[in-house]
Amino acid sequence: MDSEMEALSKAAQEIAQVARGMGLDFYSVNFEIVPAEALYTFGAYGMPVRFTHWSFGKAFYKMKMQYDLNLSRIYELVVNTNPAYAFLLEGNRFVQNKLVIGHVYAHVDFFKHNHYFSRTPKDMVERMSAHAERIHDYEIKYGRDKVEKFMDAVLAIQEHVDYRAHIGPLQEFENLGKLERMSERQLFNQMGCQGNCDKGVVKSLGKGNSVKQTKKGVASPYEDLWEDLSRDDSGVDSPHEFEDLLLYLIKFAPGLEHWQKDIVSIIREESLYFYPQIETKIMNEGWATFWHARIMRELSLTDSEAIEFALMHSQVVQPSRLGLNPYYLGVKIWEHLAEKRSISELFELREIENDLSFIRNHLSKELVEDLNLFNYRKVGAHWQVTENEWEKVRDNLVKQLVNGGHPRIVVIERDFEGKGGLLLKHCHEGVDLDIIYLEKTLALVQFLWGKSVALETVVDNKKFIYESSNGMVSRRLASKSEENNGK
Amino acid sequence: MADDIIISRDDWSLHRKGHLDQSRHKEKVEEVIKQQMGDLIVDESIILSDGKKNTKIPMRSLEEFRFRYDFNKQNHTGQGSKKMAPGDILGREQAAGKGRGKGSGAGEEPGQDIYEAEVSYEDLANILFEELRLPNLDDKKRPLIAHDRPEFNDVRKKGLMANVDKKRTLLESIKRQAFSKKLDKDKKIKITPEDLRFKTWETRPNFETNAVILAMMDTSGSMGQFEKYISRTFFFWMVRFLRLKYENVEMRFLAHHTEAKEVTEEEFFTRGESGGTRCSSVYKFALDLIEKDYPPAHYNIYPVHFTDGDNIGSDNSRALTLMKNLVEVSQVVGYGEILRTHYSSTLMSTLKRISDPKLRLVTIRDRNEVYDALKTVFS
Repeated sequence: MDSEMEALSKAAQEIAQVARGMGLDFYSVNFEIVPAEALYTFGAYGMPVRFTHWSFGKAFYKMKMQYDLNLSRIYELVVNTNPAYAFLLEGNRFVQNKLVIGHVYAHVDFFKHNHYFSRTPKDMVERMSAHAERIHDYEIKYGRDKVEKFMDAVLAIQEHVDYRAHIGPLQEFENLGKLERMSERQLFNQMGCQGNCDKGVVKSLGKGNSVKQTKKGVASPYEDLWEDLSRDDSGVDSPHEFEDLLLYLIKFAPGLEHWQKDIVSIIREESLYFYPQIETKIMNEGWATFWHARIMRELSLTDSEAIEFALMHSQVVQPSRLGLNPYYLGVKIWEHLAEKRSISELFELREIENDLSFIRNHLSKELVEDLNLFNYRKVGAHWQVTENEWEKVRDNLVKQLVNGGHPRIVVIERDFEGKGGLLLKHCHEGVDLDIIYLEKTLALVQFLWGKSVALETVVDNKKFIYESSNGMVSRRLASKSEENNGK
Repeated sequence: MADDIIISRDDWSLHRKGHLDQSRHKEKVEEVIKQQMGDLIVDESIILSDGKKNTKIPMRSLEEFRFRYDFNKQNHTGQGSKKMAPGDILGREQAAGKGRGKGSGAGEEPGQDIYEAEVSYEDLANILFEELRLPNLDDKKRPLIAHDRPEFNDVRKKGLMANVDKKRTLLESIKRQAFSKKLDKDKKIKITPEDLRFKTWETRPNFETNAVILAMMDTSGSMGQFEKYISRTFFFWMVRFLRLKYENVEMRFLAHHTEAKEVTEEEFFTRGESGGTRCSSVYKFALDLIEKDYPPAHYNIYPVHFTDGDNIGSDNSRALTLMKNLVEVSQVVGYGEILRTHYSSTLMSTLKRISDPKLRLVTIRDRNEVYDALKTVFS
């Protein structure tokens, strides 16, 4: 076993050298070989140590079962910290580990340089284990069921944080005391960019879209931009639309106790930490795959190793039947770019892009056709191909990446109809919400808020307000006048 | 620059975190199952499986609610192995709740929840029966002379050669040889006397208690597929429940329209006949059967009758008298009316005159009321 470790360590050294020689620049990496049991736990929790919750158990069970049935296999897992941690699956073969190590170095290079990761804490392992301890203490103090029920509700809206945290003034809202002392005004100002529902991101893409949000004819594509700027200059206070739901709850939810606020803040911090990984999945996996292939070509492999490598590589980039394999899509775009651009340009792209811009800027006509991409949707009882024009395919992919694939929900006010209710608004961008999930989630938000919670959304082109109060969810058409305005 | 490479390896054998949270998830799933019991127990995949021990039923795992898009209203992007043209069909919508895997095989998020955690049939039965109990269980019906029954429940190092536990013995042998690190050259597993393991038993007094179910069903023309399915579901769970409590559960199937006769299980659930309905006929038949084969002193008797209640009016008083007799000799009598309308029958109102709590009257109007019916009868 020791000789195996030694050989591996030697290989890792060689690979690191090759990788650095090619221009990759990464934090040092601590590798650890772990059994499937442990690796799949880390995969489910996203981190070696994280707080306890049944949803992780569910994820673990799913993943582990896939492994046990030999349906899928995670070879490695990298943690974005400095130094980085990488876990290798026990039982990986030597050449598999070589590939994986190259893959890992490219990931860490990406973490280190991609702009979206620039503000992720590099000591997250320690932070998360401290979080886990704090939550565990709350469980002891307040009872497991109570804590769990609270966490169920917070986790239901964990995606609704300010995902633009990497730009604007640095926010440190983890300090609850400081946050409490902050005035509303200061908070709003600190939040930097506030979303404005009616100026949706989709407008530039939405030509074929049935939803018409434009109130006046837009003369140039940038008209709305000017309008925003001029409004800001005039000092007119447009109503705030607050996107960071969790932060809003910490600051304004009337009945939350300190420990509850702390839990919201913990989940918020972890959500923000994971967000860049979600929004660069295609790019990052593509980048790592692109480089592991190049690195492996530099190593001297025996014939049988070369075959094994080729086999594994082809499994990694295997197109999936209907969904899109991010490894495959990502690596194809990188390879395509490498044909036309210099390596230094590639390095620049890995710094400045995320999946959304990456697809928007670099998914070309040739690629869409080469990869046989198409759009499809449900027509009657069938899933049917609807479009295969490359621009439509690209735009649809981009649309799915907006906001990390989650609907945009903003807070409008916290004294809805004068009764202290929270009013949320779904910034409808062409696709309706899943109503069953909406109702269930709304009830959970109500549990957090204490008083009633309402959400405005659009279903089948009609504006509705869903309201949850006292555990009951009701639905009504948004008032007539508003509807007329909307049209 | 040379990288310092640290590669480590620790002992993770005590790492249980995933499993702990998984068992919490399972607990929560079971809570949900309890709430959904009404829907679950009428699931065809269970009823038609004949309840084989290893039957697993598909069970959705617990949902994690969030604000999300309606998957069915979304435009998705996919990849084909060949060029796809607008109008090409990728697949059909899957029947709700059926089948495994992803609903459409597409997308990342919403499909995921369709993965199913499996709850075995046994788990389901246990949860179900937790809520039920056997009413009027009569201890006197245990025979006074109990005969001993061996129960293998221990493994020891000494014992009768006839009771050698081969599997454990082999395991011991393998274990010993693995520890000694002296693998035999010719790789034969050798069994030494220390490896031997024997099954041993204790004797326990065995009380034979018997129960008989008299499943009675109206097979007149008015009983359709739905009515039969409901009664079948009811009997299915009833038998399983009684088997848990009694050594021996017999089941007799009595079908009737204007006349009653005994039929096989298959006929009972499949054959439909026409004609009117005279419920007294089957009560009489049941009473005769009890007198002949099942002396009430030795048997726990559970007659259950399902009908649509459409009895010939003149028969009601006779049915009432016979039902009274039946109630007297039985532990519990179930009378179920499967109705699709909102009025109840004249037979039902007649039977309501019997005040004995041993007679349990239920009306089932919907599939998911079977569970409540079971609870009414077995409480």
